[in-house]
Amino acid sequence: MMADLDLPFIFAALLGLSILIYVVLDGFDLGVGILFPFASEAERDTMVASIGPFWDANETWLVLAIGILLVAFPIAHGAILTQLYLPVAVMLVGLILRGVAFEFRAKAPPKHKRAWDIAFCGGSLMAGLSQGFMLGLYIMGLSYTWWHVGFALLTAVFLTVAYSFIGATWLIWKTDGDLQKKAVKWSREGIWGVIAGMGLVSLFTPFVSERIFDKWFGLPQMLYLSPLPVMSALLIGAIFWKLRRLPMDADSYAWVPFVATIALFALGFAGMAYSFYPFIVPEALTIYEAASAPEALSIILVGTMIVLPTIIAYSVLSYWIFRGKATKLSYD
Amino acid sequence: MDTLLLSRIQFAANISFHILFPTITIALGWVLLFFKVKFSRTREKRWMDLYMFWVKVFALSFALGVVSGITMSFQFGTNWPGFMETVGNVAGPLLAYEVLTAFFLEAVFLGIMLFGASRVPGWLHTLATFLVAFGTTMSAFWILVLNSWMHTPAGHELRDGVIYATDWWAIIFNPSMPYRLAHMLLASGLTVAFLIAGISAYRLLRGDRGGDAATGLRFGIILGALLIPLQILAGDMHGLNTLEHQPQKVAAMEGNWETQGNVPLLLFALPDEEARTNHFEIGIPSLASIILKHDPAGVVPGLNDFVAADGTVTHPPVAPVFWSFRIMVGVGMLMLLASWAGAFLLWRRGADNLPRPYLWGLSGMSFAGWVATLAGWYTTEIGRQPWLVNGVLTTEAAVADVPAPMVLSTLIVYLAIYAILMVAYIGVITYMARKAAKGEPLPRDERTIGAQAMAVPAE
Repeated sequence: MMADLDLPFIFAALLGLSILIYVVLDGFDLGVGILFPFASEAERDTMVASIGPFWDANETWLVLAIGILLVAFPIAHGAILTQLYLPVAVMLVGLILRGVAFEFRAKAPPKHKRAWDIAFCGGSLMAGLSQGFMLGLYIMGLSYTWWHVGFALLTAVFLTVAYSFIGATWLIWKTDGDLQKKAVKWSREGIWGVIAGMGLVSLFTPFVSERIFDKWFGLPQMLYLSPLPVMSALLIGAIFWKLRRLPMDADSYAWVPFVATIALFALGFAGMAYSFYPFIVPEALTIYEAASAPEALSIILVGTMIVLPTIIAYSVLSYWIFRGKATKLSYD
Repeated sequence: MDTLLLSRIQFAANISFHILFPTITIALGWVLLFFKVKFSRTREKRWMDLYMFWVKVFALSFALGVVSGITMSFQFGTNWPGFMETVGNVAGPLLAYEVLTAFFLEAVFLGIMLFGASRVPGWLHTLATFLVAFGTTMSAFWILVLNSWMHTPAGHELRDGVIYATDWWAIIFNPSMPYRLAHMLLASGLTVAFLIAGISAYRLLRGDRGGDAATGLRFGIILGALLIPLQILAGDMHGLNTLEHQPQKVAAMEGNWETQGNVPLLLFALPDEEARTNHFEIGIPSLASIILKHDPAGVVPGLNDFVAADGTVTHPPVAPVFWSFRIMVGVGMLMLLASWAGAFLLWRRGADNLPRPYLWGLSGMSFAGWVATLAGWYTTEIGRQPWLVNGVLTTEAAVADVPAPMVLSTLIVYLAIYAILMVAYIGVITYMARKAAKGEPLPRDERTIGAQAMAVPAE
């Protein structure tokens, strides 16, 4: 029965889902770290408190994503990661620094706290920049030419800005008072970076290959794709409009920018996935060529179908338990 | 140095750094659950104080374990693509099940355990604590299944250079898995026992009269004294299992060159692979034969059996395996001595009146579990060489073709970061112990605010 399933496609979908969830979830907590230098010391404690219960599980989606790549597409895993050797190393160092700084900044002697704050921000920045660099290089086909590296450096900056933006919208939702006002201000500035970044990627992606160009601008494919840019534009408009009015009385609609940004990220991701499908190593290796043996995939699929909904359920439980403003986590 | 050697050093550095923290969290999770249940039953403040102190160490260790674990999962791809390409059909599902059944469980419920106490009912917080402990143990289970399979592969077949799973039951319960799992879980228990005993001893030496330091000391000593005989038994059985499946590793552990009877147990020797003999041997006659074969005349395999006719050596490097094994056993013996002497002293004098030199000795052994655990892993992992998967895939065949200078540069960065983090980790635990000894509140910690609230009557 299992053999009839399109296992490579299912695992590609699971991989995509994991990456998207990772980018949204770790995106907002990396973003909070990137915004550290703009906040006062007391605000930083609140910012950390707002992501404290979540960051660990958020990062686990990266492990799941890399795990699925490793398990389901071993050849692609090797091909992609050896090409990205240095940016991966930078990202790992960043993730190490910020992950441990979380704990150390609260437990180390007070005179060391500043150093750990720098490690937290610096680590978040390294992770954001290197992930953006990898994204750009992936779009360009994973080869190092001056032109590709230049593009990747741009995407590095834009993804980092996008992370700080979703981080700021998270803070609008989870904080109040001066910090919330600051977060609104950060979001108003950051959204320009998000627009520019999405624009840049959209501008270049169709020219990576004729195949993608045809998927974008050939008929009737263009019609199928058209909802993506239209909905993205609507969402950006909605976020813009809301940001001008926030914070509102009784804190209404503080969740809107964050949720709308998640939808925006999902649309951008869908556009990417649409463009590159069925390739997993751009224009070189398809998911069908790279997939593992069906026996191995089906045994994982059985577990995944049972466990993944459970994971999502208790993750939701965790977000529900820690609902409300982060400041309520204080000693008072 | 070439890419292979550098990649091996880098992976060894990463995995050595990583394993230190799971070794603490696997057992500490259960210990915290014990403290919490003890507090709910007795309502005695000292159990809550113990929980509050050690939950911070847990959170710190957990974070270090997570970030160093992520590093490893990426290094499979960046440095060892041949591993997944050849045995991915077996290793992949095992790793996937680890992430799915253990990693998420720990990560999500850790948040609730650390600061959910004031937000969820008491039973749910206890359940979260249990699920975190259970998750860390599940994680250890899957990883040790995979590691054991690499030592004693079973339940697979080779087709066109790629491994395919044929029997998952045989893969999971491969011949060395039960022994390795038991040995590692006990190692974790002992590491935590000596960490708690050692840090508590240090607090008492610094004049801590909080009550929880003495309780921690007693808890650590008794746990250590109970586990160490079990560990010696498990280690012995694990060794016999290795003798059956990887005789070349046991030959290196014993420094035994010729297959023969009446093999002495060497206490000291300098193995020389060039001359294929030992220098300056000091040994107890026939004891190795007795331990391994339960017979003084028992024939024990020798290293020279593992040299092919063309001179190719198929046994592991001798000196590192020989010495790592002796360090592990030596620390184990020291633990036996320290914990049993401690148990005797506790019985005679009570936890508040232990002699100061003994307390200093114990605090010096706070991280003794790390030394023994690392030495044990070096014994078994170096002892598997030149194989990555015993008899299936050599380490050399799995390495990535990354330029050596690139590996060297990342290796230097990793080593520098690990050194800093190691100093910071031990430094912060010592700092917390000194603060606690002075009776000062620990630094403001927004991550344990919920747990703080638990000290307030919670039903």
